[in-house]
Amino acid sequence: MSFFDKFPAMERTDLRDLKKGIDSSFKEFSRSWGESIEAFFDPLFYFLVNFEKLLLGTPWPLIIGIVAGLSYLGSRSWKLSVGAAVSFLLIGYLGMWNNTMSTVALISVATFICIALGIPIGVAMSKSDRLQAMITPVLDIMQTIPIFVYLLPVVMLLGIGKVPGLIAVCVYAMPPIVRLTNLGLRLVDKEILEAADAFGSNYQQRLFKVQLPLALPNIFAGVNQTIMMALAMVVIASMIGVKGLGVPVLQSIQNQYLALGMMNGLAIVALAIIFDRVSQQYGKRLQRHREGGSDV
Amino acid sequence: MSDYKIEIKNLYKIFGPDDKNMVELVANGLGKQDLLDKHQHVLGLRDVNIGISASSINVIMGLSGSGKSTLIRHINRLIEPTVGEINVDGENVLAMDQDKIRDFRRFGASMVFQNFGLMPHRTVLENAMYGLNIQGVVSSEGEKRAQHWLDRVGLSGFEDRFPAQLSGGMQQRVGLARALATDADILLMDEAFSALDPLIRADMQAILLDLQDELHKTIVFITHDLDEALRIGDDIAILRDGELIQKGTPQKIVLKPANDYVADFTKDVNRARVLTLDTLSHEAGSKKGLPLESNLPIEEAMQKMVESKFNLVTVMKNNKAVGQVSLDDMVAAIAKPKPTDSGSTTTYR
Repeated sequence: MSFFDKFPAMERTDLRDLKKGIDSSFKEFSRSWGESIEAFFDPLFYFLVNFEKLLLGTPWPLIIGIVAGLSYLGSRSWKLSVGAAVSFLLIGYLGMWNNTMSTVALISVATFICIALGIPIGVAMSKSDRLQAMITPVLDIMQTIPIFVYLLPVVMLLGIGKVPGLIAVCVYAMPPIVRLTNLGLRLVDKEILEAADAFGSNYQQRLFKVQLPLALPNIFAGVNQTIMMALAMVVIASMIGVKGLGVPVLQSIQNQYLALGMMNGLAIVALAIIFDRVSQQYGKRLQRHREGGSDV
Repeated sequence: MSDYKIEIKNLYKIFGPDDKNMVELVANGLGKQDLLDKHQHVLGLRDVNIGISASSINVIMGLSGSGKSTLIRHINRLIEPTVGEINVDGENVLAMDQDKIRDFRRFGASMVFQNFGLMPHRTVLENAMYGLNIQGVVSSEGEKRAQHWLDRVGLSGFEDRFPAQLSGGMQQRVGLARALATDADILLMDEAFSALDPLIRADMQAILLDLQDELHKTIVFITHDLDEALRIGDDIAILRDGELIQKGTPQKIVLKPANDYVADFTKDVNRARVLTLDTLSHEAGSKKGLPLESNLPIEEAMQKMVESKFNLVTVMKNNKAVGQVSLDDMVAAIAKPKPTDSGSTTTYR
């Protein structure tokens, strides 16, 4: 009856050997390929570093002007624009300016990468059911796997620093934009697509003149979610050496600095709200045909 | 070369994974229900042969499930056939490669849809321009042409609205302008007016007839509404369960229905409006009647006879008398046909 009492697990020595084997072969891989992989990500590193330098090197009144201006361009709302400027003034006054600039740089670059990769992947997924069936589980894993589990191999390969942090943020933040691009394109009215075909549209014309514009509300929801998830990763990214608002939060957890943690945490919240409102309003403005209603 | 602009030959469409192998069974007489029960395939079209003349309105009529929408989508190949041939100006559409079919859709045949198929993110003008954008017409030229057609369908002043801001009838005018703007010879209209309420539908029919007087396009018009078919059709084809039942002029469909199915369809029709003088006209006698044009419906002819107190019409064609029709002939023609219990159909004349 021992079969039912004790799970027929693998022999302990075999299991140890298996784990050891995986570990050592990954270490081997990392030793022989680590440098070339690092070199591959170099452009990303320089992009991020230079963007951060640019933000830090720009005089603060100019940055606040740009923030207010962009908010207004995006949302066409004075309230939001003034709110954004006041938040940044307060952040600066409370001594969090440099960390905030680092975080803004990280989030901007991460969002840019996620959009640049995520939208084409979503488009490809919407075209093929088989591709969708293959990519969906990968996205599920990206969103649910404990962050530290994939941080480990990334750190083993690339060490700690900005690039592994950026990769960690992107892995976590990319799934929504991929999913919602795919969904949005699939939800476009079949009859409108048939009309596009009936007038002889080719694939590009159909995609850019009809499908993408009509999928925009969903794609924008995806961009918005991606930004929010990237911001949520700021503290964790700071654990592997990314500068920014996450660092003081981490310190305050280790040392029980209540005020420090609160202030930096609220600065992240302020960034999140500004990004969220501006991107949502911008998305809405692109959809002006939907306000419609019959006024004839 | 045939005399027809579009010639559909031996067209079969069967929906299902093994459609090619089902054709023979269907050709040998397997019915729609049997095909579904025994082979899990759906019969769309069975051996359809139709010739469509240039510069006329050809109505394809049938109830839902008769295959009429499937048939019209074969003409510009939005649906791939199982087997068959569709020749447009002598070229087989069903054998064209992707680039050729795209060109045919851009320049050869445009389409109007039942639920309009407008693009909600484009303004009325941009929608009307869509076909021209796809053709690669420069936008200043395209705008001018789209504007011209919007004016023609009575939408001047609505260019900058979005489709959601227009009523159904106006939206379909945009659909019509979009289709006309491409200057294609062939206009495919899939239940184009069926989603509109009766008054607006009559309006749209009038607009279409007006435009056709001038444009002489080859129009293929799908409808399930016999009154609509009789009003606008130069030629009517009736489909049932994917098979062509009868094809002919409206007068012929009403006067000589091919079988009970068609007879049943036509029994409630206002015959006085459909039948024209020339369908009843016979050898002229010596008596002089009221001279009227041969294509006048007898409804209007009778009205004129009452007003002028004649009881005989001399049928005129190109200012020549070609025959005569008496009031009695007209009354006999309008009287509903007796229900026939033998199954044969009543004929007049």
